[in-house]
Amino acid sequence: MDDKWKKKAVKKDTFRKILKYIRKYWFFVGLSLIFAAATVALTLYIPILTGRAIDSILGPGEVDFNGVRNVLQTIVVVIILTSLAQWVMNVCNNRITYHVIRDIRRDAFGKIEILPLRYIDSHSYGEIVSRVIADVDQFADGLLMGFTQLFTGVMTIFGTLGFMLLVNVKITLVVVLITPVSLFAASFIAKRTYSMFKLQSETRGEQTALIEEAIGNQKVVQAFGHEEESQKQFDEINGRLEKCSLRATFFSSLVNPCTRFVNSLVYTGVGITGALSAIAGGISVGQLACFLTYANQYTKPFNEISGVVTELQNAIACAARIFELIEEEPQVPDRADAIELTHAAGNVSLDHVRFSYSPGQKLIENFNLNVKPGQRVAIVGPTGCGKTTVINLLMRFYDVDSGEIRVDGTEIQDMTRKSLRSSYGMVLQDTWLRNGTIRENIAMGRPDAAEEEIIEAAKASHAHSFIKRLPQGYDTVIAEDGDNLSQGQKQLLCITRVMLCLPPMLILDEATSSIDTRTEIRIQKAFAKMMEGRTSFIVAHRLSTIREADIILVMKDGNIVEQGNHAGLLEKNGFYAKLYNSQFSV
Amino acid sequence: MKKLLVYLKDYKKESILGPFFKLLEASFELLVPLVMAAVIDTGIANRDSGYVIRMCLIMVGLGIVGLASSVTAQYFAAKAAVGFATGVRRALFSHIQGLSYTEMDTLGTSTMITRMTSDVNQAQSGVNMTLRLFLRSPFIVFGAMFMAFTINGKAAMVFVVTIPLLSAVVFGIMLATIPLYRKVQAGLDKVLGTTRENLTGVRVLRAFNKEEEERARFSERNESLTKMQIFAGRISALMNPVTYVIINGAVVVLIWTGAIQVDNGIITQGEVVALVNYMSQILVELIKLANLIITITKALACANRISAVLDTGSSMESPRLEEWVRAGKKEEAGSERGTVEFDHASLMYKNAGAESLTDIHFRAERGQTIGIIGGTGSGKSSLVNLIPRFYDVSSGEVLVDGVDVREYPLEVLRSKIGVVPQKAVLFRGSIRDNLRWGKKDATDSEMWEALELSQAKEFVEKKEDGLDVHIAQGGKNLSGGQRQRLTIARALVKKPEILILDDSASALDFATDAKLRGAIRAMKERLTVFIVSQRASSIQYADQIVVLDDGEVAGIGSHSSLLESCPVYQEIYYSQFPKEDRQNG
Repeated sequence: MDDKWKKKAVKKDTFRKILKYIRKYWFFVGLSLIFAAATVALTLYIPILTGRAIDSILGPGEVDFNGVRNVLQTIVVVIILTSLAQWVMNVCNNRITYHVIRDIRRDAFGKIEILPLRYIDSHSYGEIVSRVIADVDQFADGLLMGFTQLFTGVMTIFGTLGFMLLVNVKITLVVVLITPVSLFAASFIAKRTYSMFKLQSETRGEQTALIEEAIGNQKVVQAFGHEEESQKQFDEINGRLEKCSLRATFFSSLVNPCTRFVNSLVYTGVGITGALSAIAGGISVGQLACFLTYANQYTKPFNEISGVVTELQNAIACAARIFELIEEEPQVPDRADAIELTHAAGNVSLDHVRFSYSPGQKLIENFNLNVKPGQRVAIVGPTGCGKTTVINLLMRFYDVDSGEIRVDGTEIQDMTRKSLRSSYGMVLQDTWLRNGTIRENIAMGRPDAAEEEIIEAAKASHAHSFIKRLPQGYDTVIAEDGDNLSQGQKQLLCITRVMLCLPPMLILDEATSSIDTRTEIRIQKAFAKMMEGRTSFIVAHRLSTIREADIILVMKDGNIVEQGNHAGLLEKNGFYAKLYNSQFSV
Repeated sequence: MKKLLVYLKDYKKESILGPFFKLLEASFELLVPLVMAAVIDTGIANRDSGYVIRMCLIMVGLGIVGLASSVTAQYFAAKAAVGFATGVRRALFSHIQGLSYTEMDTLGTSTMITRMTSDVNQAQSGVNMTLRLFLRSPFIVFGAMFMAFTINGKAAMVFVVTIPLLSAVVFGIMLATIPLYRKVQAGLDKVLGTTRENLTGVRVLRAFNKEEEERARFSERNESLTKMQIFAGRISALMNPVTYVIINGAVVVLIWTGAIQVDNGIITQGEVVALVNYMSQILVELIKLANLIITITKALACANRISAVLDTGSSMESPRLEEWVRAGKKEEAGSERGTVEFDHASLMYKNAGAESLTDIHFRAERGQTIGIIGGTGSGKSSLVNLIPRFYDVSSGEVLVDGVDVREYPLEVLRSKIGVVPQKAVLFRGSIRDNLRWGKKDATDSEMWEALELSQAKEFVEKKEDGLDVHIAQGGKNLSGGQRQRLTIARALVKKPEILILDDSASALDFATDAKLRGAIRAMKERLTVFIVSQRASSIQYADQIVVLDDGEVAGIGSHSSLLESCPVYQEIYYSQFPKEDRQNG
């Protein structure tokens, strides 16, 4: 009960937020409502006119051609007005919907740009993307349908009722009494089929999971000759799916025949009462024809509205998910008095730094480090020991829990993120390149760089020779997945990207594997060139890099366990010594 | 497409009866306006209340019969469609399972999965809708026209003009909007791409302070998407008003012609009402038909994608197990047991321009450890993939136990070989279930033995449920190293003659990697082991090291001989162990 109440509150809240977005387009909303009302009124007027025309056609020699002509002329005018009103209404609704979702998408994306890394790292990309794309799209559908059908639907119901009452009360009562049966039937079927559909989608999910496993890892399945077993499992689920799918499909397909049947009951009911009152002289044949049209029209919006309501509920649920993202706490903004870090000398110090990703789990406790300008710091440790945590802190992707990180004596939280980050050149192992040309990618840090500067940087990082050989050279477009370049080539491009700006401090992440030796030697050379005279932090895997470092940080399980230079650490005979020696044992 | 119709064959009865009952229902529906016309012309005109009530009872009867036939039709349609989909899915799964690596590479697994799931679902609803509506809608449209003709030829001419006009408008607008919506989709993909990029590249983009620029970039794409959406929406917004004008225009003409005919005594007032009723039935059905055609087009596209998979045959043929046993070939491998020989083997992948392996020639004796090293793309994995015949050589031979791998039934060949793939893949279920992939009836002690060898015993023992620990899909609840050790155990449970470790120690730290190699070496079964690695330290102590460079053997021999004579090996080794380190270590 409490839960239900809360859900309702969320719904109301979401609705209010949606209204806020719509309010900006109030003019079109007003226009749309006015024209919707006009459309409904005019549409309902036509059957009456048609009825009047029919009443002027009684039989041979009893046709009032003048009357018919007059009525038909009016009908033509009404038709033209109706279609115009309909068109204007549709255009307004389109405009409102697509502008509203444009605004929502823009806000959602804007939020992504200022979300803390903590949020982005802890949510799957797919989930965030689906909020911005799929949820917004679904919301648009619901909104559009709501605008076009909900209002006109309600208007039609009341309008029809009003018009019918004007003509004849008794027949109206027949319509009003029988129509709910169709709604009742529809909702009865929907309720019954809900659990069937749930079962169907669960079974489908189960089957998809199996398919993903078996087909996705077919090479393993074949290597172990497991095909028959998999097929057996598949057939079992497939059989269950067939059964529940048949039930769901069949029972849900009963809605249309049932409502159609009830509609035909309404039609007959109108026919019988109408005909009997016509015999009694209560109404004319034309009015009966008009009633028959109304009877057909009256049930339609009921069915539509129940569809619209589910669609709207769905849309509100989607909107709630989008707003969740939009209202997510952004990263702490830069302080108003934050200074700009320019021409950093490269003195980096960490003072009693404490940090962890989640409050309950201790990670880095009391981390102290002092790096003088130009020094090299190697970060080593087994895979998954959290070497990237240090990068996260230095770049201020994450903020420390307590303690201070200073660059050239200023705490990094007292400077703008922009100036701090542009003082670092970063090359990550995860070679991310954007979907665009090679030139665009290299010039990411300095979009205004001249052609010669770009080529110069590529030469310095040994990337020029392979770029030159690509079919379109620097204009080669990198595919979204970067499949047209090898891992090593991608890494070289990432290095070139930094080479072009060459900031005073560097963060480098050495590749562990999957790069061929020749390319790797090039990368090493490029790294060495960059590091000349710059304070550098290197996540290192290669012994030569580690040995040449001024300071080695040894990490284990996310924490810094040892610190010192190569000789000193070997002497200490601790974790580092163990790690180092294991490379040489059998 | 034709190929898929086979799966409807078992539902021939349903596929015929479904549409039949649907048409029956439609016929009853078409009779209603006529009955109503009779009510007006006979009942009201003659003031015959009894007649009115009788006619209305007939209408109720028509409704009930209509309901019954339509329920029957829905059942048959659902049964045929669901049965069809079930059959197609089963055939697809079994077909895909039989495809070889070559076909899987060309088709791609993710497409296979969508084809088996959403494509089949689309095809199912396509079949369902077709059986239900494809005949019904045209039947009602033309039925209405036919009924109009039975009333009066002149008035029916209005139908003859209106139906094509209306169809042209309905289908024309639909056709015009399809490319527009495709454009909208492309615009949406661009917006999606930018969003994705900003998540996957968040660190780089923030490091380069691109936030403002990215926002502008997104806005631009967002704006152009909105423009396209509004334009497409504006065109499809024409549908309602235009059809409205046509239909009501037709009604106006109908009444005018009707008036003249009634005046001449050719038709009655009630018949005019019936004509107007028929006209209004047409529009609803035409719109249904247009929507149906979209569904069918989509379903057909899906069906074509499905049959494309079914048309792809396996490029690999192997003798059947029974024939092989009957030919008495089972005993042949005796003295050659455990040997693997590459006899001038070359491999060219399908559609590739050049060979991935060229003229590989060497022999591994039983119990030997063979190290395979080389840069990325040098063909290391390709080489070991030839042993269990995941791919076929393009020339030369690969022999296992002295017999060409192509002469074995695949299940026999693969039962001799334990493969630990590069990617550590586990399946949902317990650790026990996963280990049994290697051997269906493995006992607990056999499993623990394998776990011990693969250095996994310790962590499995630590778990509360031991062998019954549940593994989530993709093994997400285990670390990379743990997964890798379990995949090694899975291959060892099999007690293979030949073990292939395809760069499978990459997630292990150096110490564990070394222990694992030591344990395998100490096994009494004398396995022939192939180790593929990027790390010189992993293969340094192998009996033979095969150095690959760009698909060719750059050198074969022991560590020390290669270090002396093979420049590629030297380059690799010294890049990982600089000269001075070796002296120190």
